[in-house]
Amino acid sequence: MIVLSALGRVTGQFVQELGGMAVLLGQSLLYLPRRPYRWRYFFRQLEFIGVKSLFIVMLTGLFTGMVLALQAYYGLRKFGGESMLGAGVALSMTRELGPVLTSLMVAARAGSAMAAELGTMKVTEQVDALLAMAVHPVHYLALPRMLASVIMVPLLTVISVFIGIVGGYFVGVILLGVNPGTYMQKMLEVVTADDLYNGLFKSVVFGLLLAVISCYQGLQASGGAEGVGLVTTRAVVLSAIAILIFDYILTAMLF
Amino acid sequence: MEKPPIIQLEQVYKSFNGLKVLQGIDLAIPRGEITVILGRSGGGKSVLLKHLLGLLLPDRGRVLVDGQNLPDLGERQLFSLRQRFGYLFQNGALFDSLTVGENVAFPLREHTNWSWPKIQELVREKLQQVGLQGITEKMPGELSGGMRKRVALARALALDPEILLFDEPTTGLDPIMTTTIGELIASTVRRLKVTAVIISHDLGLAFSLADSIAFLHQGRIILHTDPEGFRHSSLEPIQQFIAGRADSNNTMEATG
Repeated sequence: MIVLSALGRVTGQFVQELGGMAVLLGQSLLYLPRRPYRWRYFFRQLEFIGVKSLFIVMLTGLFTGMVLALQAYYGLRKFGGESMLGAGVALSMTRELGPVLTSLMVAARAGSAMAAELGTMKVTEQVDALLAMAVHPVHYLALPRMLASVIMVPLLTVISVFIGIVGGYFVGVILLGVNPGTYMQKMLEVVTADDLYNGLFKSVVFGLLLAVISCYQGLQASGGAEGVGLVTTRAVVLSAIAILIFDYILTAMLF
Repeated sequence: MEKPPIIQLEQVYKSFNGLKVLQGIDLAIPRGEITVILGRSGGGKSVLLKHLLGLLLPDRGRVLVDGQNLPDLGERQLFSLRQRFGYLFQNGALFDSLTVGENVAFPLREHTNWSWPKIQELVREKLQQVGLQGITEKMPGELSGGMRKRVALARALALDPEILLFDEPTTGLDPIMTTTIGELIASTVRRLKVTAVIISHDLGLAFSLADSIAFLHQGRIILHTDPEGFRHSSLEPIQQFIAGRADSNNTMEATG
């Protein structure tokens, strides 16, 4: 019985959080056309989410591509399919690993920072100050971050995928001796524009998810420094879970 | 002839998670005067203040600002109404990612179309009125507590509001700074002829500034009268408060 009531409580909280985030998303869309347009603030968010995540995203892409090539090689060699290495690496990166890993990295880096920043503002009454000065916190704080995320995450994904393929080439051709011509030719044969679009679409969704979740968690913070720490962790964890779940849903849908 | 009160709270109730904070508040804030709300720490003064401009909405009861009941208002109307208020938060609540100048300019940039040079001029003026000069490029983190409060006051005054709300303006300041801020508030309110509501547990501040004092006790306003009437009130909780006398019946009230 205790288990059931605990389960009920957790489910209730979960649904409430989902609802809250849906409301945040809805409000942001509603406020989107509203003036004033905060260009400078928006550009600052673009820089924060995009430019400052660039290095870690490139690093992730590179090593993922390299590991992919290694792993795929040993698998493909068992039935003589080494020539497909380029295609394998590129397909995996564009459709799956590029979008997912990039988003996870951005969630860890920018998402956590978003939650921490908004959380700190919440516990120091800065959010109340915004309300008292008749400025809507969603319009001022959340919306620029969400827009910036939706734009930057796909761009970062593209870079990550590109570097991953380069890394894969390095490992496959230079280290493992696959024929470079075959590597490139098979890759160009197999990978289509659709694969790219799928991957980009996913990254847009993931970018939106991590921003909504992180901003929502931040604005829920209470109780001082401990509260801020709590929501920061939640933001990253929930973003990661959401990305993984939606990854499955979107992949199944787009198949 | 009595002018109608600018803000009126009627039978306001507010609870948080089962904890009853406001239990039937009746309060009339007179126009153009300084009203000080005194009460125990954790007694719900901040909660009460936030109701005055709709940062919190009551569970029951009415909050009338110039006759309009806040819970009935749509978002646009509420936001429009809020531009008539200036709110000074206990710790200033300055935006720490913006400079002092940008903080004070914030309401002006949000709610007016004025040019940047004009805004900068106004910012300088407001900062001067609170006795600060030349700090527009500093960040809030670099300022002392007293300076932060003064910048927050300048920001609250930016749009020349009609109603000023102060959340414990002198709490945490040394005695000299307390006097300075107190005098600043008094002179500002007199000069601009605005309505001011100050919540505090500082008796000295109350007696020196207030036109009327209201006492919040166990979720209700048990007395609202001029300072002399307050000082000589026969009500137990008030006498204990004035004397600083703890009592076995006086448990700490548990919210903020």
